[in-house]
Amino acid sequence: MFYSVVLLSIFGILNLFLGFLKSRAWLLPVTLLFLATALVVTLTDWNKSLFFWNYMMSTDNVSVAFATIIIVSAMLILPLSRFYFPNAAAPVPEYYAILLFSVVGAILMVTYENIIMLFLGLETLSIAMYILAGSDKRNPRSHEAALKYFLMGAFATGILLFGVAMLYGATGTFNLSGLAQYVRTTLVNGASPMLYLGLTLVLIGILFKLSVAPFHFWTPDVYDGTPTLFTAFMATVVKTAGFAALYKILSVSFTGIYSVWWITLAATSVLTLLIGNITAVYQQSFKRMLAYSSISHAGYLLIAVTAMGQTSQSSILFYSLAYTLATITSFAVLILVNENRAGESFSAFNGLARHNPFLAFALTVAMCSLAGIPLTGGFFGKFYIFINALEKGLLFLLVVAVLMSAVGIYYYFRVVIAMYMRGSDDNAVADRIIVPKSYAAVLAITTFLTILLGVAPDLLVRYF
Amino acid sequence: MEEIPGVIRTIPLNYYIFLSTALFVIGIVGVMVRRNALIIFMSIELMLNAVNLLLTAFSSYRSDPAGQVFVFFIMAVAAAEVTVGLAIIVMIYRNTRSVDVGILNRLKW
Repeated sequence: MFYSVVLLSIFGILNLFLGFLKSRAWLLPVTLLFLATALVVTLTDWNKSLFFWNYMMSTDNVSVAFATIIIVSAMLILPLSRFYFPNAAAPVPEYYAILLFSVVGAILMVTYENIIMLFLGLETLSIAMYILAGSDKRNPRSHEAALKYFLMGAFATGILLFGVAMLYGATGTFNLSGLAQYVRTTLVNGASPMLYLGLTLVLIGILFKLSVAPFHFWTPDVYDGTPTLFTAFMATVVKTAGFAALYKILSVSFTGIYSVWWITLAATSVLTLLIGNITAVYQQSFKRMLAYSSISHAGYLLIAVTAMGQTSQSSILFYSLAYTLATITSFAVLILVNENRAGESFSAFNGLARHNPFLAFALTVAMCSLAGIPLTGGFFGKFYIFINALEKGLLFLLVVAVLMSAVGIYYYFRVVIAMYMRGSDDNAVADRIIVPKSYAAVLAITTFLTILLGVAPDLLVRYF
Repeated sequence: MEEIPGVIRTIPLNYYIFLSTALFVIGIVGVMVRRNALIIFMSIELMLNAVNLLLTAFSSYRSDPAGQVFVFFIMAVAAAEVTVGLAIIVMIYRNTRSVDVGILNRLKW
């Protein structure tokens, strides 16, 4: 992991220099090659458990797996940029460089062993995302998304940092194992109130970034206004890295005071599930619906964090992977539909199945996965998380989650119904959407993997 | 010249905690109440600097340099954040001739 962080940073800078080349044709393959190199280097850390950079970071199999998910999702999203920038003057090399830097931030967030590294990773990821959110410079919606995301994100950073300072005041260390040691001794000696205040503020800061209710209000606007390509990145990479980080800090440092924080997390996850799912029902725009769906998935993932059992980590991993694949598929189809039919509402999908059976099939599989229908990855993702909740005896969480999955089926299937049952208006542009090869490849891979995870979850689960 | 941590320790630790908490709360209230993007931004910087003060005080009292190292990281990251944030605000000002967050209602909350 050491080398992949260093390599990706260097590759990002190299990518900026590639911008001097006249021809843009090489940019995308070269960037993909960079990511593939980083992926291979990351995978060489498999089955090695080690600390590096003076106990600042550590790798184990789970962090390697999370880093793999992050790099793979970046590799799946990048090809979608092939025809995304019609404007020849678009600073594409810069976007690619920023994406590489944000992947570095995400990897730091899954491998940190010291809160300094958590902070650096979170900020590297967030600042890159602020830029990408505002990258559509002529579109006022994009400006608005960038400003809202920036102000909310910086505010959350401030809260997180105050919490970190409080933790430091109580314990005198930024190290996760040092914090854990302090927490263990407090069970005997009694803790400083600063510890609890610090933990609360750190949790608020991280949950803000993860768009968990009641800190979710910025999410739909930001997702809606951001160019769709980068929304896909935001919804997948940021979520995966954030939940890995949240789980790590709670499981390594604060299991000693589990009884203090679990009820808070349980309450926020119930709230997130209710708000995310019920508001999603009322959306007319597919993109906003996906934003609320990402809030509700944060709720499911939070259940696994709350349960904090033996297998919680692997269920977070599985769920993130399934969610990432399905989300990339949906955003890819959305980009194509939006460009060819000029609309992000559900009605833009009318009659898609007749003209583009492949797109309709891929989107249906993705929706089934997000809704948790069997034979897709999302089903087993939810299944493992529900098992975690059951083992811990969190029955009320389980009931809410199951009810809300039922609500989820309703709004996920609206788009499926639009595609298969509704005909498009005769005078509308109902021509066949020409699917570029890069999109077809990405859709084929994500759809295949989603079904594979749903048919044979063992392939992944047996390693953890 | 006296050692700086020694000078910092001449004031009781609680005073630092109260001062930086007060600054932090002023920052939070500023973010919530003000409508001007630049002022909101200033309030966020105030929050970060309250954190810096607190970390420095803790680190002097514990004779542990880690807190002060963290302050450097916060300052560097805050500088990066300022460049991006001001660029976004300038971009909005060019298009709307205003930095009031009230006009940002194209996307409904």
